[in-house]
Amino acid sequence: MKRTGAQIFVESLKAEGIDTIFCYPGGATLNITDALTDISQINQVVVRHEQAAVHAADGYARASGRVGVALVTSGPGATNTVTGIATACMDSIPMVVFSCQVNTMLIGNDAFQEADIVGITRPCTKHSYLVRDVKDLAKIIKEAFHIAASGRPGPVLVDIPKDVSSAVADFKYPEKAVIRSYQPTYVGHLGQIKKAMRLMLHSKRPVLYTGGGVILSNASQELTRFAETLSIPVTNTLMGLGGIPGNHPLFLGMLGMHGTYAANMAITESDLIIAMGARFDDRATGKTDEFAPHAKIIHVDIDPTSISKNIKVDIPIVGDTRNVLTQMLKIIEEEKETYRQYHKDIAEWIDKINQWKKDYPLTYQRNDILKPQHVIERIFELTKGKAIITTEVGQNQMWTAQFFKFLKPRTCLTSGGLGTMGYGFPAAIGAQVAFPKSLVVDIAGDGSIQMNIQELATAVQYDLPVKVVILNNGFLGMVRQWQQLFYEKRYTWTHLHSPDFVKVAEAYGAVGLRIEKEADVDKVLKQAFKNKRPTFIDVHVSPEECVYPMVPAGASLKEMLLV
Amino acid sequence: MRHTISLLVENEFGVLSRIAGLFSGRGFNIESLCVAESLDPTVSTMTIVTTGNDAILEQILKQLNKLINVIKVVDFKDIDYVSRQMVLVKVNAEEKTRPEILRMVEIFRGKIIDVSSRSYTIMITGDEDKLKAFISLIKPLGIKELVRTGPIAMARGERLMKIKEKTDIKGGESNG
Repeated sequence: MKRTGAQIFVESLKAEGIDTIFCYPGGATLNITDALTDISQINQVVVRHEQAAVHAADGYARASGRVGVALVTSGPGATNTVTGIATACMDSIPMVVFSCQVNTMLIGNDAFQEADIVGITRPCTKHSYLVRDVKDLAKIIKEAFHIAASGRPGPVLVDIPKDVSSAVADFKYPEKAVIRSYQPTYVGHLGQIKKAMRLMLHSKRPVLYTGGGVILSNASQELTRFAETLSIPVTNTLMGLGGIPGNHPLFLGMLGMHGTYAANMAITESDLIIAMGARFDDRATGKTDEFAPHAKIIHVDIDPTSISKNIKVDIPIVGDTRNVLTQMLKIIEEEKETYRQYHKDIAEWIDKINQWKKDYPLTYQRNDILKPQHVIERIFELTKGKAIITTEVGQNQMWTAQFFKFLKPRTCLTSGGLGTMGYGFPAAIGAQVAFPKSLVVDIAGDGSIQMNIQELATAVQYDLPVKVVILNNGFLGMVRQWQQLFYEKRYTWTHLHSPDFVKVAEAYGAVGLRIEKEADVDKVLKQAFKNKRPTFIDVHVSPEECVYPMVPAGASLKEMLLV
Repeated sequence: MRHTISLLVENEFGVLSRIAGLFSGRGFNIESLCVAESLDPTVSTMTIVTTGNDAILEQILKQLNKLINVIKVVDFKDIDYVSRQMVLVKVNAEEKTRPEILRMVEIFRGKIIDVSSRSYTIMITGDEDKLKAFISLIKPLGIKELVRTGPIAMARGERLMKIKEKTDIKGGESNG
């Protein structure tokens, strides 16, 4: 059947089962926006800035496990997506971004609103396409969704020139994507897995170090069962939080720069690290030469490039984390007695770790001034952990990682790899669109929230009851912390003047609340969580509070500054 | 250490810049890069010469493999292979020096592919040492211009750079 490119676009999205796109219109999108008029199967959320469209698609994807979709116009519309695409790329988030482009005849002519967006985003996409012929459009869209969601997921960009969206072609959506050069490995090599399991039986101080791969491959149940069956303690990276319940007895807390004492010491004294879907990021490892100095390393990852990139690995296993864990659990099932004994063999190690946990818990000093950590603890208690939490970047993000005990996967949405300020609020909007009935809370700083504060209009327009808790300390807190610790308290550029957030919320038609003392925390938070409207909660917290423990940059994990 | 890598890639626009971008984005060095269509017009062959230690080489190979348009990557580190490059040299050719140039071209099994009243343009193919030797010998006669390709390489004997059979993959499903 003959269709225009714009109709092919719409039909292809329907064929992929896409229910939501985050978008912003422009001249080059007109054919497509027109074709989307009256299409009720696809929820169209128009944001206020293209960066937010991509973050919202990202939040939607992280929370739901489905592919996020954004659609923007050419030139500045497309270039505004770069930060969002890079954020998704660093955290391996499945996403397809459709940018529109000037007419094919004009490409390369410095036409009005023209940008070589395929070229600009090449280093931060998993793959990208410029559609030159309407006949290729359906095939390219099929491939784009396949590439975005399979293997190590990531963002794919499809650039559609305006004349391609108006040209006509036969439409038949391909059933399969066939890409001869792209065949990810999903199942781990059994020989390597057996070798890894034998190595494990010889270790006395094993630690599971798990990352975002566990969340992306939906392996958290398998991970928890694996850890429980053998009593192996687990530490998560920031991206891995929720992979094992945050209140699980075997959970050590996050490791790394702001990780717990128990996690960092366990890594340092371990004789075997079992890394699952984690990539040995520098924020997690500290000084790489002194990372796990006594340990052999088993590394499970779907992406071969992650293996032995930063840390030399003894046993690499390329495969999907969930598949590999299932394969490992099968071996344990077959040799129950051996593994039951192993469980006993490492009891001494578990005791040692429990002692660390007891002696050096995450803590902060309580005094008259309201502490941000307390606010996060209360959010956890009042929601009983049943909330989707997004964060911005900086102190708010680290305190959330430390003090909110993520009980389930896909409830911690945070920009781990790129560290993008301004991510949390639009991501919360995306998550709220995916789960309209869930409580979605963005834990923000006064600096970060101002990077995409305009999205309050989107939240109000679409009636998305997102709660934004602004830990307002009057500073760019994390940069200020570094200035305090390493630059003799010379707070250059970090003291921010902020608007009255309550009035800002009200001006947009949202609810604005304020907390100034500890006694009001519960009351105001309860009030916020109960109301069904987008809400800003401006929380005035201690201005010079620092995130501890802290491993200074370039130091080893055992060199922690405690409170 | 210097490495020669051969790639089969989709013959599409933008592929070369993805590969070059991978090298520049990660700070890997490209010493030379030759690319042209292969026997199959949908596939191009690239020969890249790069430098780096084993860890860098491992990352280069893995990262190249990760690119969607790259069909196959072969590192010639442990493979016996032949490699050739070509140089075109325009030299001064006065009456006095012509016989000597001709003799040298013959020794090096080159060809004179263009002649003018005051110059010869010579084509020489061979490995790097041979080209180097020729250039150093011809230099005193006065080189006007020189262009050269990087090497192209192929494994010796029966070994082929084969493309895997096409595999059908359903969207999002594991293909084992």
